Amino acid sequence: MKHRYLKDVTTLALNAGKCVGCGMCADICPHGVFEIKDRKAQITDKDLCMECGACALNCPADAIEVRAGVGCAAAIIKSWFTGGEPTCGCSGDGACC
Amino acid sequence: MSEKNCCCSSGGCPDGMAIQTVPTSLTLADHFGSWKARWGIGRMDYKVGPGLYAVGKPDSDSPVLVSANYKLTFDILRKNLSGLDCWLLILDTKGINVWCAAGKGTFGTDELIRRIEMSGLSKYVPHKKLILPQLGATGVSAHEVARRSGFAVTYGPVRASDIKAFIAADCKATKEMRTVQFNLWDRLVLTPMELVPAVQKSLPVLGALFITNQFAAKPFDKHDVTAYAGAVVAGSVVTPALLPYIPGKAFAWKGWLVGLGWTAKYLLLTRRFKKGYRLKSTGELLLLPAVSSYLAMNFTGSSTYTSPSGVNKEMRKALPWIVGAAAVGGALTLGAHLFGGRKKK
Repeated sequence: MKHRYLKDVTTLALNAGKCVGCGMCADICPHGVFEIKDRKAQITDKDLCMECGACALNCPADAIEVRAGVGCAAAIIKSWFTGGEPTCGCSGDGACC
Repeated sequence: MSEKNCCCSSGGCPDGMAIQTVPTSLTLADHFGSWKARWGIGRMDYKVGPGLYAVGKPDSDSPVLVSANYKLTFDILRKNLSGLDCWLLILDTKGINVWCAAGKGTFGTDELIRRIEMSGLSKYVPHKKLILPQLGATGVSAHEVARRSGFAVTYGPVRASDIKAFIAADCKATKEMRTVQFNLWDRLVLTPMELVPAVQKSLPVLGALFITNQFAAKPFDKHDVTAYAGAVVAGSVVTPALLPYIPGKAFAWKGWLVGLGWTAKYLLLTRRFKKGYRLKSTGELLLLPAVSSYLAMNFTGSSTYTSPSGVNKEMRKALPWIVGAAAVGGALTLGAHLFGGRKKK
């Protein structure tokens, strides 16, 4: 059964003008958000994006933007108190991805 | 295997010193270690030494697989490499799995380049090709690695169990190999780490209630404890296990539904809506599903498909309700417990 999370929330944006069609994003997206058509990347189902940031980091043409981070309630609550960026604690009692 | 007997713990084997060959079968001790890590026992210090390892009898043409130094990760990887001859380059991810470490950047471009240099990898493999787990891509920039070190990064499959098929197919991954799953078993193995912290946080509260029970008008009994324990399990185990089958999308909502279902059913079954118990039961009906909801919301951190933007939105909506319901419900329950006379009402 396919998992689906909230709609219309992701910050993923693709600048097709910059895309060189290398296919890296389609290869590494863990949720198959991209496909290559006519030597350009396309976003198939934006709501499947979990904002992990792999595509943007590995795009050699700098054509993808996404505000990447950890989708973790505990980390976000912690960041409210500490004022920092939410990071996966992965320590002590923090259950981690 | 421990850090001690790894010759590469300092990051590189001195010339002439053999690289450690790792077995592809797991011992009973390895299985027990994995089980402990899943339950959070010694979890933060379950590591292998970073550096270069050999599987089988690799030569200068053999593939190089890169992974993390969490021993659970290391064990899953090596048990899937039986019959292969390859090199393993283990990065220092502070004992964290590949995906989490990539998110934090410890499984990252800088550490990869440093480890390539420290291990003297290019002495062993002139081909300068690396296979990284696909989920490492969150922390590693393949074109940066190529630019800075000359090593070409190929992203392999998500799961170690697909590595042999991937290599056999000339390093081509199928769409299935590239997609993250989150099936029932994947979710269930994560639930102990949801349950254990929840129980730990509950113990002081239960301890305090044990004290107030000595003088309270209406002491908490086994039904209250069972209702509470059920709500904890509903949020931290049942909701994760049944995740795709529970209506709705937000985790907090799913957890609240399961928690409400459990609490209402249990209170009805144990006739907790009879006279004298109504106030307390009403309180519990507000409080306990809120507990389940909060615990389920925390499972977003363990899930493989929630985006930070989504979790942020969910929390902004859900937290006021969770806190409100818990506060009112808690006050009613506690009030009935302390002052809700035994005979009257």
